[in-house]
Amino acid sequence: MKILVTVTEVAEPDDEFEIQGQSIEDRYLTYDLNEWDDYAVEEAVQVSEEYDDVEVVSVTVGPERAEETVRQALAKGVDRAIRVWDDDLGGDLLDPGTTAELLAGVVEEEEPDFVFSGVQSGDMAFGATGVALAEAAGLEWAAVINDFELDPDAGSASVRRELEGGVEELTDVALPAVFTIQTGINEPRYASLRGIRRAQQKPLDVETPTDLGVNVESTLSLSSLEVPETGSDVTYFEGSADETAAELAAFLREQKRVEA
Amino acid sequence: MSDVLAVAEHRRGELREVSHEVLTAGAELGAGELHLAVIGGDVERFADELDRGAVDTIHTVAEGEEFNHGVYVQALEQVAEAVDPTYVVTPNSVNGLDYAPAVAESLDMSLVTDAVGVDTGGGLTVTREFYGGKTEGEVDVFDDRAVVTIREGEWDAPAGAAGASIQAFDADIDETALGTTVNGFEEAGSGDVDITEADVLVSVGRGIDEEDNIPLIEELADAMGATLSSSRPIVDNGWLPQDRQVGQSGKKVTPDVYIAIGISGAVQHVAGMKGADTIIAINTDPGAPIFDIADYGIVDDLFDVVPALTEQFA
Repeated sequence: MKILVTVTEVAEPDDEFEIQGQSIEDRYLTYDLNEWDDYAVEEAVQVSEEYDDVEVVSVTVGPERAEETVRQALAKGVDRAIRVWDDDLGGDLLDPGTTAELLAGVVEEEEPDFVFSGVQSGDMAFGATGVALAEAAGLEWAAVINDFELDPDAGSASVRRELEGGVEELTDVALPAVFTIQTGINEPRYASLRGIRRAQQKPLDVETPTDLGVNVESTLSLSSLEVPETGSDVTYFEGSADETAAELAAFLREQKRVEA
Repeated sequence: MSDVLAVAEHRRGELREVSHEVLTAGAELGAGELHLAVIGGDVERFADELDRGAVDTIHTVAEGEEFNHGVYVQALEQVAEAVDPTYVVTPNSVNGLDYAPAVAESLDMSLVTDAVGVDTGGGLTVTREFYGGKTEGEVDVFDDRAVVTIREGEWDAPAGAAGASIQAFDADIDETALGTTVNGFEEAGSGDVDITEADVLVSVGRGIDEEDNIPLIEELADAMGATLSSSRPIVDNGWLPQDRQVGQSGKKVTPDVYIAIGISGAVQHVAGMKGADTIIAINTDPGAPIFDIADYGIVDDLFDVVPALTEQFA
């Protein structure tokens, strides 16, 4: 059995940051493994621990810098990694369809039994790559799952899709399929020291869009980026913690919001 | 003149509110014909309810009771072939994101999700958030045709009856191609505490850092006679049960007072608590989106403020 996990590196801005042109200046950004993908990696590694002969392969569309993030996934139990990149991809906002085409090229090469993908990335948050990939690669899919039960003999999986308002949809999905993984589905592990050491030795292959036969042309472009104007007028309590706490308590009592 | 195809959403016999909002967003996207697809469930009743605003034609596809993405993709491919829309507009809901990317891929249209604004003067430009709501950007779409998913609650429901033409669309659904079977629904995490009934909620988020720190917030809630709730990461980590979760996937709450402690205010959280009468935020990050909707704020370390506040009510 082979599981493909899509892994993306996300940029997290500092509390205070500055925007230059259409992007946040790099010195205010910290790069890390996308939170949703951390759960996707864990889900794949758990399946590989439950069944014999399971290979977990990760795929990332990202620049060389992203290899640090990819090594995190390898340290947590991914067996080998593929990174897809070309400098042409670095220019503009990559639309989910293009990302999906690139990933579909890897699916075609690897022929996984199923794919785990995070529901969304923490920075761009399109929330679309997994389902677009399924359609592009001709796989079945289920979006936003918080429970996954594999039935290898039946060639299917039973999942719970997390809908709005605390409602879950119970669905059976025929394999091969893409599952987009919601946070909370499991408890992602921390990489062990041994895992981190071993990750350095695991294969990490780089492929270009040309290798995959994909012609890259993003249909989207980010024309402006700004900090949204806050429509609100917050009244701030100021001073030391003791002072602000006293002010807030007095306010709540005054408003008769709290009887204590 | 751009024609637009909007898509309604329903669950367990009821239309979801966003079904009306796609009509308003759809009218903004194009001055041509506005079509609406209603797929599955009680399509005739839904069509009557959605005969509002500027909708010209409502296509009903009577196929199944509940959402199935395979049915939606096939039906939308066929409706789109019939009406040839420039734009398709769908909810940016869990189900919307279960079919819209596939429809875009299948119809070879560009896709922009989670729109909070659209502008069609000189090609399509979509306004959406980036970096967890810390920034907002404008996305230019080069393709002539696009699928746009809209954030729920950003557009108003259209006013006034439309008098649309309601047509049964005879979709040819290939049942053998459906790879998923929906077996039912379950309400998640119904415990003994109902946070939707609370007058005062003390809500804790990621800023609490560790499970061992949760009692700090519990003590404050106890001292104030308030009910404890939380944002999603706390429940994901298993630090509090699911029935305490406020937000899109948790509970929608409308207390008199909502005190958000160490909660950044991601849109999914805000969707669940913006109806609170008075919102108070305690957060170290002055740029946290929670301050955009808070009435009162303290920009400080919760580990300093919360014990001091508990002391005030002791």
